[in-house]
Amino acid sequence: MSTIIIAVTVLLGLAIIFGLILGFSSIKFHVAGNPIVEQIDELLPQTQCGQCGHPGCRPYAESIANGEAINKCPPGGQTTIEALANLLDLEILELDGDHDENPVKTVAYIREDECIGCTKCITACPVDAILGAAKQMHTVIIDECTGCDLCVAPCPVDCIDMLPLAVNINSWKWQAPETTFTKQLIATDKRPVVELDS
Amino acid sequence: MAKVFAFHGGIHPPENKYQSAQRPIVSAPVPEILQVPLRQHIGVAAKACVSVGDKVLKGQRIADASGKLSVPVHAPSSGVVIAIADQPVPHPSGMSGLCISIETDGLEQWIEHSGLADYKALSQNQLIDYIRDRGIAGMGGAGFPTAVKLHLGDDHIINTLIINAAECEPYITADDLLMRERAEQIIAGIEILQHLIKPSHVLIGIEDNKPKAIRALEIALQDCKYNIDVVTVPTKYPSGGEKQLIQLLTNVEVPHGGIPADVGIVCQNIGTVYAIHRAVAHGESLISRIVTVTGAGVSKAQNYETLIGTPFDTLLQAAGHNPQRTTRLVLGGPMMGYSIDNSQIPVVKTSNCIIAATAGEMPEQPDAQACIRCGLCEQVCPAQLLPQQLHWFAKSQEYDKAEQHNLFDCIECGACSFVCPSNIPLVQYYRHAKSSIREQQQDKRKADLARERFEAKQHREQRAVEEKAAKRKARAEQAAKAQAEKKALAEKSLQQPQQQLDKLAAAVPAAQAKVTAAKAQLAQANSTEGNSADINSADLQFKTATANLLKAQQAVSDFTPAAKPAIDSKKLKVAAAIANTRLNKALTALKAAQEKSQPGIESLQNTIAKLQLEAASADSAYQSAAGEPAASAAKPDVETKKLKTAVAVARTKVKRAEAKLSAAQHSGADNCSELQQQLDLLKQTLNTAELAYQQSDSSTQGSAAVTAINSAPDLKVLKTAAAVARTKLKQAQAQLAKLSPLESADTEQVQQLQQQINLLSQKVTDTEASYLQAKPTESAETDLQQLQDNYEKINKMADKAGAALLKAEADQSPAVAKMRVGIDKLKLKLDAAKQALTQGNSTDPDKPAAAMIQQQPAQPGIDKKALKQKVAIARTKLGKAQQQLAASGSENNQLSATVDQLSKAHRDALAELEAVDAAAQAKAKEMGIDLKQLRSDLALAKVTLIKAQKALAESGPDDPADKELEQRRSAVSAASEQLDSLNATLASIDTIMGS
Repeated sequence: MSTIIIAVTVLLGLAIIFGLILGFSSIKFHVAGNPIVEQIDELLPQTQCGQCGHPGCRPYAESIANGEAINKCPPGGQTTIEALANLLDLEILELDGDHDENPVKTVAYIREDECIGCTKCITACPVDAILGAAKQMHTVIIDECTGCDLCVAPCPVDCIDMLPLAVNINSWKWQAPETTFTKQLIATDKRPVVELDS
Repeated sequence: MAKVFAFHGGIHPPENKYQSAQRPIVSAPVPEILQVPLRQHIGVAAKACVSVGDKVLKGQRIADASGKLSVPVHAPSSGVVIAIADQPVPHPSGMSGLCISIETDGLEQWIEHSGLADYKALSQNQLIDYIRDRGIAGMGGAGFPTAVKLHLGDDHIINTLIINAAECEPYITADDLLMRERAEQIIAGIEILQHLIKPSHVLIGIEDNKPKAIRALEIALQDCKYNIDVVTVPTKYPSGGEKQLIQLLTNVEVPHGGIPADVGIVCQNIGTVYAIHRAVAHGESLISRIVTVTGAGVSKAQNYETLIGTPFDTLLQAAGHNPQRTTRLVLGGPMMGYSIDNSQIPVVKTSNCIIAATAGEMPEQPDAQACIRCGLCEQVCPAQLLPQQLHWFAKSQEYDKAEQHNLFDCIECGACSFVCPSNIPLVQYYRHAKSSIREQQQDKRKADLARERFEAKQHREQRAVEEKAAKRKARAEQAAKAQAEKKALAEKSLQQPQQQLDKLAAAVPAAQAKVTAAKAQLAQANSTEGNSADINSADLQFKTATANLLKAQQAVSDFTPAAKPAIDSKKLKVAAAIANTRLNKALTALKAAQEKSQPGIESLQNTIAKLQLEAASADSAYQSAAGEPAASAAKPDVETKKLKTAVAVARTKVKRAEAKLSAAQHSGADNCSELQQQLDLLKQTLNTAELAYQQSDSSTQGSAAVTAINSAPDLKVLKTAAAVARTKLKQAQAQLAKLSPLESADTEQVQQLQQQINLLSQKVTDTEASYLQAKPTESAETDLQQLQDNYEKINKMADKAGAALLKAEADQSPAVAKMRVGIDKLKLKLDAAKQALTQGNSTDPDKPAAAMIQQQPAQPGIDKKALKQKVAIARTKLGKAQQQLAASGSENNQLSATVDQLSKAHRDALAELEAVDAAAQAKAKEMGIDLKQLRSDLALAKVTLIKAQKALAESGPDDPADKELEQRRSAVSAASEQLDSLNATLASIDTIMGS
């Protein structure tokens, strides 16, 4: 009987001590804000396009942290969904809506001789990538454009096109090799001609 | 012989070097058009410094380095720049890059150039810059700008310089041939590097499959003073890799993510060393290199010294290319090179080989099979990676895991692919994974930038909103402040008049004190008969003091309280009037009710009581308000005005009451007696008011007279006062005339009127006299001036009016008739003014004399009245002060002092008055008239006149003695005549003396 009492007392004492330690540390080392939001925001493409229904990427990150679906980011495409699913340990979903699975990167292009200089696109651009002034021609700083196409709708003369970002010699990347196995060969069938020649 | 170590893995592919190594290096033919890419190496593209149409010489710089990681580009041959545009460049993507196209003229005309006579004389930096300016970049494969590598010694301790001569890739023999043929120049180049980097020893790493090159180098090194070793390494691919060669020669592994300099080693390609020598010794820029053209597709595989920008096609043709046999064109070696489709791609600084491979040489890659996890790739990997794992990760796009498995340490040597039994294009996977990761990193950078810009924009917008709000708030606050200030100011101004008046009132006694002091001084000066200057100064002081006093008095009299209290009093008055009318209405209603004995009388009475209270309070408020400004103003004028209005009000009330009474009498109403009573009361008030008014008026006029003596503007006031009095008199007379024929019952009224008329006439005479008295003080000259001004003004007006009339006539305006009348009036005025002016002018000739005469007595004349007044004032003041002194006791020194002062002032004033009187009498005597005599005569005449009148009155109208009556009458008239004449003379004397 006494052993049981001793055991219970000791365990109770330990529970109280650890509870106090935990309570203290939860106050002392409290992290302000939700750190997961930062991580989600890191994964989002920061186009600030608002296609997810939020005014910018961070609000979407916040609402993902609060349980919103992770498949609402068309500019991020499937890659972002996968990354988010990975981070949040969620199921990988199909991209919401009828978007391309792997979206082509686009940039806004202003047909400059049609531009009337209304500055509406400048106000609309979330990243200040459009340069111009009232009654002056506007142009897009391609390097800063995120391709969110928020500038297209406000244009009163429809002089803004979303053009796919051309690959140049600097942005070119090696393509992945073909992964389909059309022929079923075995290792010994390899390079017979070379063998013969040499 | 230095010890050789080993590196992990490696393969032994068929070498295939013999084909091209049989023949010596030859110069490649100069093509018609050279395409010189602006970017031929890792780093930033150069910037073209020539333009289309420029003629360039061989070795002339055509593009400048832009940035540190860049080298300039030079024209490989003489010719004309025909284009600067995108052209296909050697790149695995087969894409285009910016090139300068030079149409060669075949002259090979060098730009003036010479090597450095003694490069050791230059400083290290100068020499490195020189090398950089010669456009030298690494010629091994990556093409790293050599100058950057040479600067590594600045922040690293470099103890070993390794010259990479391994050339491990199959087929390529460019370095081999270079060493065989130009070993001495290479050694000279090494010496330059030795001088620049100052390593403790130099190692030339060379594979043992190039015995001829090794021999050539060793021969060249025989008389070299530096510690240069030729180290032969076993032939194994990829011993030519930088890190592998370092490990082979030094057994030192370059750490992950580091560079050889981190372990004290710098590697340079043998071709680069040769280029450095050419640049330093001969001043030749890097415009050519040795390119191996080989493969079964060419009949004459050979090394060509090729100008940069030469299309590979030119080389292939020179080597006897057979396009039919060639299935692939491979740029670089078979292991690390890449296929190209376009043979027009130009040779660049890093192009060391082109292989025109037949199908037998390089068969098409069989289809990849599934990985069988044999692990061969791991065994051959020179970087000791796990290619199989990397393959899995790359394939499944788990790039972070691939990175964790040191994907970026892969040198893409292709050994794993070479050994893979499943023909998996492993290197392609790794390249794809690498570029994907790079792309992701770039995207992330871009995303971060985008986020930064987005947040900046948000901040900016928020700030703008906040600023707007702040501005609005500030504006509102300012407005509130302004409002408060306005209010405060209004309140202050309400209080101000009183203060101002107080100030002004305070200034008066001070000025008076000054005057008295000055007077005392003057008197003292006079009495002591000091020098004239003293007297003069005292006189001046006195005069200024008097002027100041007058000014102060004027200011006090001019001061009118602010409009506000006036408005207030008006409001109050209105309120009082309203209350009174209400009360009256209520009273009448009550009467009516009483007559008809209606109910509700009590309530009416109640309301009447209330209204009475209200009216009384309103009246009292008004009176206090009205009385306050009047009291504060302390100005008799204002009071007079008030009294005047009161009189007028009383008069109108009387009139109304009279009208009512008459109406009532006519209608035979029974409240006649009541009305009569009311009328009587009103009349009484009117009388008292009139009396008060007249009193105050006369006092005002007295003061006005005082001021009139010294100020011309008051003359006008007097004049108007006189005119007003006259008109009043006339009105009163007219009223009297109206009343008398009516023979109305109230004789009392007539009497009153007559009384009034008498008073008025008296006033008229008073004012006229004062006006006349004041008038002569005006100098005749100013009068004349005024007349002239007046005349001119009227003249001008007439002119203007005439012009306007002409215009109006032209316009046929309806106002022409009116204008004409106006002009006629103006003309009349003009005439009058002219007359006045001529009169003034005609009197002018004798004016100076008259003025002289007049001016002399004028001064004492003015003084006399003023003096009299002053005496009176002084007397009263003295009396008051004495009383005060008596009341306060003898110990009050100040008061006694003031009493002393005042008595002195009084005495002074009296003395002055007497002096003036005496002077006047003396003057009169001089004129031959005894003033005293004249006055006594006047008094006698008056007495006789009165007696005569009495006698006449006594005799009565019904006296029978007509003769006596006649006599008496004539006596009266004679007496009055005499009196008149006497009066006239006295007046004339007075005017002469007084004015």
